[in-house]
Amino acid sequence: MQLSTKHLLGIKDLHLRDIELILSTAVQFKEVLQRPIKKVPSLRDTTIVNLFYENSTRTRISFELAEKRLSADTLNFTASGSSVSKGETLLDTVNNILSMKVDMVVMRHSASGAPHFLAKHIPAAIINAGDGINEHPTQALLDAFSIREKLGGLEGKKVVLVGDIMHSRVALSNIYLLKKAGAEVMVAGPPTLIPKFISQAFDVRVEYNLRKALEWCDVANILRIQLERQNQVLFSTLREYNFAYGVSRKLLDSLNKEIVILHPGPINRGVEIDSDVADSKQSIILQQVENGVAVRMAVLYLLSNKQNF
Amino acid sequence: MKTILDKFQLQITIERLAYQLIENYADLSSLVIIGIQPRGIFLSDRIYAQLNKIAPGNHILYGKMDITFYRDDIRKELHHPNQTDISFSVEDKNVILIDDVLYTGRTIRAGLDALLDFGRPRKVELCVLINRRYSRQLPIQPDYCGKSIDSIISQKVKVEWDKESVILY
Repeated sequence: MQLSTKHLLGIKDLHLRDIELILSTAVQFKEVLQRPIKKVPSLRDTTIVNLFYENSTRTRISFELAEKRLSADTLNFTASGSSVSKGETLLDTVNNILSMKVDMVVMRHSASGAPHFLAKHIPAAIINAGDGINEHPTQALLDAFSIREKLGGLEGKKVVLVGDIMHSRVALSNIYLLKKAGAEVMVAGPPTLIPKFISQAFDVRVEYNLRKALEWCDVANILRIQLERQNQVLFSTLREYNFAYGVSRKLLDSLNKEIVILHPGPINRGVEIDSDVADSKQSIILQQVENGVAVRMAVLYLLSNKQNF
Repeated sequence: MKTILDKFQLQITIERLAYQLIENYADLSSLVIIGIQPRGIFLSDRIYAQLNKIAPGNHILYGKMDITFYRDDIRKELHHPNQTDISFSVEDKNVILIDDVLYTGRTIRAGLDALLDFGRPRKVELCVLINRRYSRQLPIQPDYCGKSIDSIISQKVKVEWDKESVILY
């Protein structure tokens, strides 16, 4: 029983077998998190560094908690306040950290491909916690875990990713994973935020009308408008975006079925999703966060054995 | 291949183990039965059913515990975890850990560690169907034992629950 990969760089290179192994292992870790003592000794021989070159709340806390629940030793590195500002390169920084006998690297970086680059040059296992606009594999895994928990499976389920598809690593990882797991995938949003050839490249449906997209789907994964990655005007105002693509209570109530709402966070309330939707019982946003710890525990546990101890 | 217990012997052994537990615990409501995943639960299911048959109306707590995350050999090989289902605290209870074969004792060591994450039991005892003598790697012995056997390392003991027999091969 083991993963076919040494690193978790993206869902793209993962086999369906690996995905299923991670998700089924995560089920058991979720049970661990319900115990009086929410901790197991599996990784007490492992030291993990969380290398965050970009801001993060959920992912960083979730990884750190997952590591601690597995009894691993953890180090937290954030680029701000480090020697990165003195000009130290990524590879030098990581090699210096690894020389202190660190076994695994959890990494977030604003440059797409940064963890792939690192994987070629260092011996430690690397887990991508989001690289630029490329992938965010653990988010896609926890989304899949949450959908599976709610609906019993992924195969044949209709999932729509709504919003800023162009700049979303969550969207890309989700597309890879959902397609591998046999789900039907649609992307919806304004034409300026959907890559032109996405339907040919990934065999996904494209819909520019939010109502039609929601009428089609079983699950809607609402993505955040990534203003920090947009260097041009792709829609006029946030208010107008909300008017055309914001998921509102009124819109959901007018559908003839109850769909499941996901959001990877952080939520821009009143932009891509309204408060009364985010806080409704249809939304499994907080379950996603809870499941995130279990899924990351599974990933860390399964990759920890790839080291030369 | 040698049959250690046949179907009839297996049944009377399970009955005996259940009677021994009742003998030792007058107050069955303080008793907790924990089967160790994956193979111990076949025995624990049978013993639990037998206890309820002999002494119906007692509310005996029953749980299933997986010890995968507590193993001491995860750097050699990862094992797939099984379900843990303990929906109660074992605080101040008399716990009977149940497994099918006691060999090196390492599974039970991991089981004791796992158990303590569910509370501090008053007492923990071990019940096994087959005790492989002279093969222990840790100081762990059973309190209730179906049958003790002598075997060499290259031999294997298998409890075939579908055929209801125990074989040595």
